[in-house]
Amino acid sequence: MMQNSQVNFDSLITSNRVHGSLYSDEALFREELEKIWFRTWVYVGHESEAPNPNDFVMKSIGPQPIIMVRNKDGELRLLQNRCPHRGNQVCVKNSGNAKMFTCPYHSWTFSNSGELIGYAFPDGYAGHPDADKTKLGLARVPRVASYRGFVFGSMAEEGPSLEEHLGGAAETLDRLCETSPEGEIEITAGFLQHKTQSNWKFLVENETDGYHPAFVHASIFNVADSGIGGLYGAESTALARDYGNGHTENDLRPEFRKFDEPLRWFGTDETRLPDYVSKMNAAYGEKRAREIMVDGTPHVMIYPNLFIAEIQLFVIQPTAVNQTIQHVTALQFKGAPDLNRRMRQQTMGSVGPAGFLLADDSEMYERTQRGVESRDPEWLFLGRGEQRETRDENGFRVSHTTDETPSRGIWRHYKSLMEA
Amino acid sequence: MATVAVSSETSQEVQKTTDLSLYHQVSQFLFEEARLQDDHEYDDWEALWTDDAIYWIPANGADIDPENKMSIIYDNRSRIGLRVRQLNSGKRFSQEPRSSICRTVSNIEVRELDNGEIEARTNAMIFESNLRGEQLWSTRNTFLLRREGDSFKMTKKIVVLTNNDKAIYTLAFLI
Ligand code: FES
Ligand SMILES: [Fe+2]
Repeated sequence: MMQNSQVNFDSLITSNRVHGSLYSDEALFREELEKIWFRTWVYVGHESEAPNPNDFVMKSIGPQPIIMVRNKDGELRLLQNRCPHRGNQVCVKNSGNAKMFTCPYHSWTFSNSGELIGYAFPDGYAGHPDADKTKLGLARVPRVASYRGFVFGSMAEEGPSLEEHLGGAAETLDRLCETSPEGEIEITAGFLQHKTQSNWKFLVENETDGYHPAFVHASIFNVADSGIGGLYGAESTALARDYGNGHTENDLRPEFRKFDEPLRWFGTDETRLPDYVSKMNAAYGEKRAREIMVDGTPHVMIYPNLFIAEIQLFVIQPTAVNQTIQHVTALQFKGAPDLNRRMRQQTMGSVGPAGFLLADDSEMYERTQRGVESRDPEWLFLGRGEQRETRDENGFRVSHTTDETPSRGIWRHYKSLMEA
Repeated sequence: MATVAVSSETSQEVQKTTDLSLYHQVSQFLFEEARLQDDHEYDDWEALWTDDAIYWIPANGADIDPENKMSIIYDNRSRIGLRVRQLNSGKRFSQEPRSSICRTVSNIEVRELDNGEIEARTNAMIFESNLRGEQLWSTRNTFLLRREGDSFKMTKKIVVLTNNDKAIYTLAFLI
């Protein structure tokens, strides 16, 4: 149920400080579910995960499961996994192909668009004024929209359109898709699920925190001879950007343009991926293909739960005030098998419970969660670079990639959602 | 549900060994590997692998295709080395401080394969204590071993976590 906030957010969030209780207050977490997770656009899945009619895959919005299903007419629906009879879960499989869902408890049967088709022993309902089949279907997520194959759901009947929500950050998804010679990404490699004992907002903020990699990930940058470290050094020309609406980015293109080497962003060069390079040249022309291959894919956090980290896709799922699951998979680019193979190999090394990078990020999430439960100094200071922030040609706030422009943008948006 | 797949190198028909001396040697090797992991003796553990080794911890079942689907770990020999170097760096924060670990290895089954390699299957229960708290891990394991002097080297180790289809906490110690 809707919580009526007693909280005055002016007293918890300033332009460069946030109060520690925002990460640990149980009542506030329930209020966030209502005002953010069950209201705004939340990323659910990718169209390629249910490519054929009657395909379904279990996804989530906030803590609750959502069945993403393509009905027989090919339209995507987001259904809640709760039988309108007595509440049983109608589906316990993670994925499959089904024209219908039958609830195992009393055998009510639903089409994969959610309509109630029939109930067992129907004479018990014959003539009952409230047993109207059209009102006893599975609940649908009221608004479903997709952008370049990325499917979002909003539990609010009305509100800004998905395009309005994405705003300037939509361009990052365009950029991502252009890395495929066919202009599409696919999600086909399956997900790792990494649990962490931390509030979801620590994860969202960390994704575009360009200040930590030099320290948290030194252990792997040093031994793996990786070029990533330099992107987040004090001398880097990369930018942190706040797109508004909570979306933030580490824009690494200035660094890659400085070197001007195709596929450097992926730690390789053109000779290693000849098929990919020739397909890109054929698709976009040599000049444009080269630009795309120099720039690389984005590092962008689409609020509140979709994180594109160059070669991976993460979905952030809050399950309790101090527990969050990161679902992560390798991005796959349509028409690029040689690129995709390396994507999977690098992703497996980097992320998930045993990942060279994410195990240590997760360690920081958990220590920070325990840290903010100490009383003082009460506030977190997020002022890094505020004094040197500027606006880019589109009017978005930008600063050095190690600056806390993204965190400040995330909190500005959070405040506006929670005060609404 | 995660179940242990028969690795492609073996077939169900291969009989379990009746050679008690071999069974004993293999068991001793498996206990040694377990102890090196519990003790965080990373270099000694790394020395147990052959040059063509594969260290595989699948996700979402035991019979996924690791070339096409995400695994928790799918390391070749050079990546095993990288993992060890990261652990030795002193800055692998998810293992600094190191977890306290105690594991029990049991249900050892040993088979001699036609190519001279030895397949061993085990179950393990692993208790981990770290900054977060305490955590119990349960695994079913398949090893492929090659004779090396009077001991063995591991050419493949598959670790199937019982809950590998669910969200799990960080797994940064050697399992
Ligand atoms: S609860 Fe689903 S049919 Fe009764
Ligand atoms: Fe990180």
